[in-house]
Amino acid sequence: MPVSTSSSQVIYDALKANGIRLLSALPETWLVHLIRLAEDDPDMILVRLAKEEEGVGISAGAHLAGVKSAMLMQNHGFLASINGIVSCAQLYRIPLLMLISYRGEFGERDPWQTEGGGVTEDLLRALRIPFAYLDSPDHVGSRIRKAQTLAASANKPVALLLCRDLMWEEPA
Amino acid sequence: MRRLDALTAIYPRLQESIVVTIMGAVAAELQSIGHQPNFFYLQHAMGLASSIGLGIALSRPSQRVIVLDGDGSVLMNLGGLTTLARYRPHNLIHVVFDNESLLSVGGFPTATSTGSDLAAIAHAAGVPHTCTATEIEALVVAVNDAVARRELATIVAKVEAVGPAAFVTDLGLLENRFEFQRWLRQH
Repeated sequence: MPVSTSSSQVIYDALKANGIRLLSALPETWLVHLIRLAEDDPDMILVRLAKEEEGVGISAGAHLAGVKSAMLMQNHGFLASINGIVSCAQLYRIPLLMLISYRGEFGERDPWQTEGGGVTEDLLRALRIPFAYLDSPDHVGSRIRKAQTLAASANKPVALLLCRDLMWEEPA
Repeated sequence: MRRLDALTAIYPRLQESIVVTIMGAVAAELQSIGHQPNFFYLQHAMGLASSIGLGIALSRPSQRVIVLDGDGSVLMNLGGLTTLARYRPHNLIHVVFDNESLLSVGGFPTATSTGSDLAAIAHAAGVPHTCTATEIEALVVAVNDAVARRELATIVAKVEAVGPAAFVTDLGLLENRFEFQRWLRQH
């Protein structure tokens, strides 16, 4: 499975460097290494979800209790979380750091991922959720740090789109 | 039993706990008994009160969290019961007021009115201690037992489908949220 282990490590290290102590996740192909890194880290609380919207509540609870958290999900998980994002995180001004694997963009081979890919950015804009792309290991650290800074100062959700160029290593 | 009487009966336990409630009648009734800074009322996002409780319980393992849920809300996040059971926070007590209806939005019957058993669902999800209380005395005993046992419990309290005349109170949502966070920071 050509999911990039090195990029996953760079992302995980950036989350740790920014004080993330709780990760909620629902497995998706591009996230496998990140979830395993969290699993093997005794200092990380990993919460495996049944559905991504639960992660909004868990992150809200963690935030209110003083613990920094992040959410790992596929863009379809973002779609499944929208009511929670609006009526919990936005209504109550909760910072959320959402790392969303951006399936269905250029290069996608799985037909079932293509519809969600086509609406992801429009939905983020409609919800006025600031977002940036993570498409190269070079800027992962600074973008995660800046995203978390904005989430905390604005008390709002922010999103980082994990792009194919970062997460997937095409076989030669 | 009436939910207001049930809340009054367990109020001493709520006072000494971190409390997360659902929206509507539960929030308004608890506030009518007495708001405290350690009470957070999730006035929307149906289904997520138990998830917020889980996030707090995992973040604060030394403090007791009581979630006051409802049948309509639990039915919107049944998967959340499996997540609760999976992490089994020893410091979380999940009380579900089951009035078999969506009272706040017109009283339409939920699936618990046609036989869906939330305590049985929680048990089958893996919650280690579950029960259904139909009388106030049984509810108080169940809550006290859960406090003493220090293990995750889901307690379903069957209540009448009656509530307060109005659901909006003078406690602002953000006032409640920031007060609650500040209280947690200091405790």
